[in-house]
Amino acid sequence: MVDLVVAQALSETLGGGPQPDLLEARQMQALSLAVHIPLVCFGIAFPAMFLFVEGLYLRTGDETFKRLAVKWSKVALTLFAVGVVTGTILSFEFGLLWPEFMASFGQVFGIAFALEGISFFVEAIFMAIYVYGWQRLSPRVHFLTGIPIVISGFAGSFNVIAVNGWMNDPGGFDVVGGRVVDPRPWEAMFNDAMAHEVFHMYLAGYVVAGFIVAGVYSAAWLRGRRDKYVHTALVVTLSFACLAAPVQVIVGDWAARSVTQRQPVKLAAFEGLAHTTKGASFTIGGVFDEDEQRVRWGIEIPHLLSLLAEHDPNATITGLDSVPPEDRPPVNVVRFAFQTMVGIGTGLALLGAVFFLTWWRRRRLPRSRWFFRAVVAAGPLALVALIAGWITTEVGRQPWIVYEVMRTEQAVTSADGLETGYVALVLVYLALASGVLWMLRRLARQG
Amino acid sequence: MLPEICLALAMVGITAYAVLGSADFGAGFWDLTAGGARRGGRVRGMVQHAMSPVWEANHVWLIFVLVVVWTAFPVAFGSIFSTLSIPLFLAALGIIFRGAAFALRGQAGTIREARVLGALFASSSVLIPFCLGAAIGGIASGRVPVGNATGDVWSSWLNPTSVLIGVLGVVTGAHLAAVFLAADSRRAGQEDLVHAFRTRALGSGVLAGALALAGLLVVRSDARALFDGLTSGAGLACVLVSGAAGVGTLVLVARGRHEPARFVAAVSVAAIVAGWAFAQRPYLLPPELTLDEAAAPDATLAAVLAGLGIGAVILVPSLWLLYRLVLRGVLDQRFEPLDQRFTTLDKDERR
Ligand code: HDD
Ligand code: HEM
Ligand code: HEM
Repeated sequence: MVDLVVAQALSETLGGGPQPDLLEARQMQALSLAVHIPLVCFGIAFPAMFLFVEGLYLRTGDETFKRLAVKWSKVALTLFAVGVVTGTILSFEFGLLWPEFMASFGQVFGIAFALEGISFFVEAIFMAIYVYGWQRLSPRVHFLTGIPIVISGFAGSFNVIAVNGWMNDPGGFDVVGGRVVDPRPWEAMFNDAMAHEVFHMYLAGYVVAGFIVAGVYSAAWLRGRRDKYVHTALVVTLSFACLAAPVQVIVGDWAARSVTQRQPVKLAAFEGLAHTTKGASFTIGGVFDEDEQRVRWGIEIPHLLSLLAEHDPNATITGLDSVPPEDRPPVNVVRFAFQTMVGIGTGLALLGAVFFLTWWRRRRLPRSRWFFRAVVAAGPLALVALIAGWITTEVGRQPWIVYEVMRTEQAVTSADGLETGYVALVLVYLALASGVLWMLRRLARQG
Repeated sequence: MLPEICLALAMVGITAYAVLGSADFGAGFWDLTAGGARRGGRVRGMVQHAMSPVWEANHVWLIFVLVVVWTAFPVAFGSIFSTLSIPLFLAALGIIFRGAAFALRGQAGTIREARVLGALFASSSVLIPFCLGAAIGGIASGRVPVGNATGDVWSSWLNPTSVLIGVLGVVTGAHLAAVFLAADSRRAGQEDLVHAFRTRALGSGVLAGALALAGLLVVRSDARALFDGLTSGAGLACVLVSGAAGVGTLVLVARGRHEPARFVAAVSVAAIVAGWAFAQRPYLLPPELTLDEAAAPDATLAAVLAGLGIGAVILVPSLWLLYRLVLRGVLDQRFEPLDQRFTTLDKDERR
């Protein structure tokens, strides 16, 4: 944990009138992220997949591989374009929704975004060269131009996640007289929450993109298309996704323990743990009752929470009552999101295990139609887990935008009339989502 | 010194976006005005042909500017975005439409779908430069005070200077696009299109020049400080360079020397961006916030420079590679006249 001296409460850097539209601002931010992040998964994972297939083509000369690689790279370019515009919206929203936050802290965390910008630049450049260079570049050179895409996709997400990690584990500045002073950007960037978030998100990219693409080909398989093309596509995407899914559980455990150390109140919200408890039990399902301060109708497993969070069945776990009520996140939202993610994550890991056991013992895909039906369902479920994970992290951090330093309500804009903007944004995103789905269906039908 | 360097970087980003980005918007403008499916087919084909490989890379310059400003000049960033929230939000919506429609249009199955997407693409190509130009006008004419949305939400961008710069943004973009597309058509060996775009380049260039001159009068009455900055010292020098380069572009285009015309046109834009910076010196947000007051502490600025410096080592060769491949035609797709569905028109119309 970074030592941070916050002598006085933070005061406003800009200052202005009242800030009436906090709710809308939060909704707009959440909505925009929920649109951007699924696209990002493809930016992270798809390049590795089409490059892998192109590598197979270079080794074997088999045209099936090339057809797949060309196809996937075209889809990736389109999704990348949509990722770029939705990412740009997020950048605008930093200023449009959270000017106080930016004015106070841009100097502290901005550097990560500067590096992010560089990565996206490189990604955009090589994406264009790769997709438009199929015809005229030599096969080897063409393959090589794919490598920077993979690296910059990772670097880009790394830098954004560094910022999110910093919001959860702020450091690299001091607060004196209510002002943010002495920014130390590099210290801010390499915070303690970053490591697990980066790995968890990176794997999530493979899980989400892998299962969604595999789902498309599984559907074709179920409809009876079992040629080499579909078979190859299935084996490649499932290998990526099914390898990532079990590892994701392990990294998730790491994430939970890291949260236990740094943000005990957030962990208490994950679990609906009202009072600091020794040998705390883990409750599956149920609803947290604010009046009674306990989870009702859940299945309780004694000592499991202490075991999971601290790897010791009798460890003491901090409860929500360690901070005053106004400093606690909304428990049910966070808890429901967390349990959804963990439930889906466990299911996906099992699916991955089935795939690998079959492949390892029999060198073939599972035969059961249920396996393919499960894969079709796995894509949307992975997406749900992804969004649920971000709700866990972001809503779990509330009421803080910068953990224990700046409240979200301090950060928001004074501009009025965000309702109009919110409605407009919802409509635009609905149009965008239907446009993208429509296009993906077109592309999928073409085989 | 550090604040000036960071400002210069932001200015480089703005210039690059104003040249490359607005040329993309201008291309959308010519797409919008190309006429019906048959008549406009060849123009649309050329627009698609020229833009496909580069538009994403061009777009990143905008991100670059945002990032540099919010890191190096955070207070200015917060003030600008909260006061100018309406035009910037509109620009953001336009950006979604434009990118998405451009990306999706190739998949349109019927002419109706294509018309909707095409119109969306093209009309947002007008909306974005206008809104961004209007925002710049608000800053330059001193209508963005320091504070969380403390400026007037409407008059900060609906005022004579803003409207002028917004309209200039649209027209200049159209002009740049026509200059570039004429050169691209020459490379693709489409002489009739060279001619079509040359006419467009000359027309829009003359219009842009006339607007700029008339605009000086508008600025004189609306934003006297800005006018004085543009008509004295370094500001004046930049304005003159920009004007000369503008005229130079027209001469080159008229003579059919399209490749050099590209660069001279870019110089014209770069000079006017620099002129704007000089004209409002020493302020970042006139008339209160100076550059030095606005700048983040040196540790941050140094980190920005170090980060971008390291980045440039990777970025500059990559950009160089991209533009070299583009200019050599390695990334060219086959040129085809396209209807609004972006599918090839009938064979007999190809020649
Ligand atoms: C496909 C997506 C996916 C799957 C299957 C899982 N997660 Fe996850 N989880 C995410 C996607 C995600 C994420 C990418 O959405 C988050 C949000 C922030 C982050 O770093 O990763 C996340 C956050 C997140 C956090 C909060 C971290 C923080 O606030 O700093 C915890 C404790 C877990 N996860 C734990 C788990 C466990 C124990 C899982 C398995 C059983 C699991 N996740 C599966
Ligand atoms: C850097 C990466 C970031 C990621 C990936 C991220 C992710 C998310 C996600 C997925 C949500 C949705 C939660 C929900 O649905 O309610 C969310 C909510 C939110 N985010 Fe972040 N965020 C990031 C950075 C930021 C930044 C920079 C800000 C503010 C400037 C911010 C402020 C918020 C706020 C206020 C909410 C709403 C919380 C609520 O509804 O209670 N986030 N974020
Ligand atoms: C608040 C948060 C975020 C902001 C402001 C943001 C900003 C952006 C911007 C501006 C772009 C476009 C870059 C370009 O022009 O090429 C972009 C794309 C991208 N972003 Fe985000 N982003 C955010 C959250 C995230 C998160 C959480 C991740 C992943 C972990 C991520 C990963 C990416 C990737 C990989 C791309 C490349 C485009 C793509 O693959 O679709 N971003 N983002």
